[in-house]
Amino acid sequence: MNLFQIAMKSIRQRSLPSLLTALSVALGVMLMVAVLVTSGIVDRLFRQNSIGYHLIVGPKGSDMQLVLSTIYRVSPPIENLPYYFYQELKNDRRVQDAVPLAFGDVTKEGAFPIVGTINRYFEVPYAPDRSFTVQEGGERMGGKWDAVIGSHVAKTNNWNVGTQFTMVHGGAEGHVHDEKFTIVAVLSPTGTANDKSVFVNLDGFLAIDGHDKPIEESEKQLLEFYEGDDDTDMRNLIKAELAEIKQQRAAEAAIGKHVHHADTPDVLKEVTAVLLVMRKDIYAMNLSAEMKKGKKAMAINPIRPMQKIKDLLVGNIRKALLFLTALIIAVSGVSIFVSIYNSMSDRKREIAVMRALGAQRTSVFGIILAESVLLCLIGGILGLVLGHGLVLVAAPFIQAETGLLINPFAFEAIELVLFPVLLVLASLVGFVPAMTAYRTDVADALAN
Amino acid sequence: MSLVLEGVKKNYRQPDGQPVPVLDIDGFELKTAEQVVLVGSSGCGKTTLLNVISGITTLDSGTVTIDGTEITRLSEPARDRFRAERIGFVFQTFNLLQAFSALENVLLGMSFTGSGVDKSLAKQLLDRVGLSHRLHNRPKQMSVGEQQRVAVARALANRPSLLLADEPTANVDAANQNNIINLIRDACSENDVSLLMVTHAPEVAAEFDRVETLSDFNKATQSYKVTA
Repeated sequence: MNLFQIAMKSIRQRSLPSLLTALSVALGVMLMVAVLVTSGIVDRLFRQNSIGYHLIVGPKGSDMQLVLSTIYRVSPPIENLPYYFYQELKNDRRVQDAVPLAFGDVTKEGAFPIVGTINRYFEVPYAPDRSFTVQEGGERMGGKWDAVIGSHVAKTNNWNVGTQFTMVHGGAEGHVHDEKFTIVAVLSPTGTANDKSVFVNLDGFLAIDGHDKPIEESEKQLLEFYEGDDDTDMRNLIKAELAEIKQQRAAEAAIGKHVHHADTPDVLKEVTAVLLVMRKDIYAMNLSAEMKKGKKAMAINPIRPMQKIKDLLVGNIRKALLFLTALIIAVSGVSIFVSIYNSMSDRKREIAVMRALGAQRTSVFGIILAESVLLCLIGGILGLVLGHGLVLVAAPFIQAETGLLINPFAFEAIELVLFPVLLVLASLVGFVPAMTAYRTDVADALAN
Repeated sequence: MSLVLEGVKKNYRQPDGQPVPVLDIDGFELKTAEQVVLVGSSGCGKTTLLNVISGITTLDSGTVTIDGTEITRLSEPARDRFRAERIGFVFQTFNLLQAFSALENVLLGMSFTGSGVDKSLAKQLLDRVGLSHRLHNRPKQMSVGEQQRVAVARALANRPSLLLADEPTANVDAANQNNIINLIRDACSENDVSLLMVTHAPEVAAEFDRVETLSDFNKATQSYKVTA
């Protein structure tokens, strides 16, 4: 019989206290595993979203706000960009794909963010090697009033292909637009903010009554936007087109014809942001630097602000939770110490018998240390199983509440560190009881 | 096997630091396969003597030599190893480990020699003491007599040359007493094991050819009795 077998016997003899002690370790490890798995998923989620595109182009302002509104759709947009500017970007020889986004409205049911975009959005991978797939429908947005919805929206609102819905302007408390969109496809879950988004055809979004500004206001903003020396041609074009529109609308008004938004000309259209995939990585840096010098817009690589968001928000929460769970494990370690130490007085005779049978001091020291190690390892393995089990049980609820796709069996590399840490903890808490065994006076213990 | 004690002295310390002599033996000898019973009143140092012989308790002076090995000169780990390999111990209170089955208790006796455990030998020994049907029973599931028989099997597990028995029948009834004593004596005879048995029971002592009264050759106990 080796030391571990003898230690295991002792653990089994005191099965209830041993079980409770191992359970306290298991609970600590369980919480830590749950935190690690969940935060690992959130961590990947934040990274994933940034990968699909090189740049996000938006009005000048906070890069963090641009990321929060464009990628996570949790913050109001900064402002809008002229549609012409999107067309300029699209025609830039360095740009491979330019995907416009227009948002700010939400669904009447569930207040899910509505994103006006083009079908190309669904063709660009949203994460490395992960492209959009459709779980229902299959038709992309062919018509002006077509919509594609995320899986979470479909589940929450009980919407499916063919369902019609309306949108609320500028937030859940705003005006309800009359126009109805029809769902043509439901996306498969992605584990990103896309699951909680409603995508509508950009043409339809821009054609909604109230999404076009008064011509005078548009003219002022456009001319301010294109105020540079290089923009003379564009200014002239805008002035000419707006003058023509004014003239046309004045004529229509004179004969009592309603100016229908469906006819919104490009010069009056606006987008909120543009996602860019560049032909080369270096082009992203070039374009970003160019825009930084100018006054029109900014083009940001989403990775840095997202990293900042992750560090500020997720990172700190993760650190706090890890600290708390580490404390729980440390307290569990103390309970192992108390359990073994309290049992030592009862076991002095047992130890003395082993010594009388020829066990060396180091052997009885090792037996007690092995007991501590076994309790920690049993607790650790149990905690690992329980931790993933907890995530397994909680995953559907978390997904329903947050849209986060959680794989309960995702193994975080840091979980491997748990066991060496537990071994160190076991050695520390087992040392004092083991020393008590080491110092046992055999004759004295046998006499008692 | 032979056991030789020469000039053995052992004192205990009182709380005030005063030494209390427990053993003061000029000489004592036990020959190979010899069976000796040691009698004496309580507190005369019988258990201390067994502890000294087994190397559990160190001496203040003198030597204990077993089969030519002066164990009093060995380091503590070497004494532990010597005890594991050469000395069997039967205790008054059996001292079986409660978490272990009969077989495991015997295997435990083999675990500290460094040469591994021999499960078939352990089973043979339990068969020899009439417990082949109790291999997997724990001490609490056995009678007192059966427990002491397991203790005997454990003491013989490493094929010792010396068996020390400290009042092995003190906690068993009269019917089991003879069985235990006969078992120990027969097992020792069969394996040429020397036996030194401490007992208070005159009827047990009467069975032995050589009976030693500790106070006859332990000067420390005599003086202690006088001062007390």
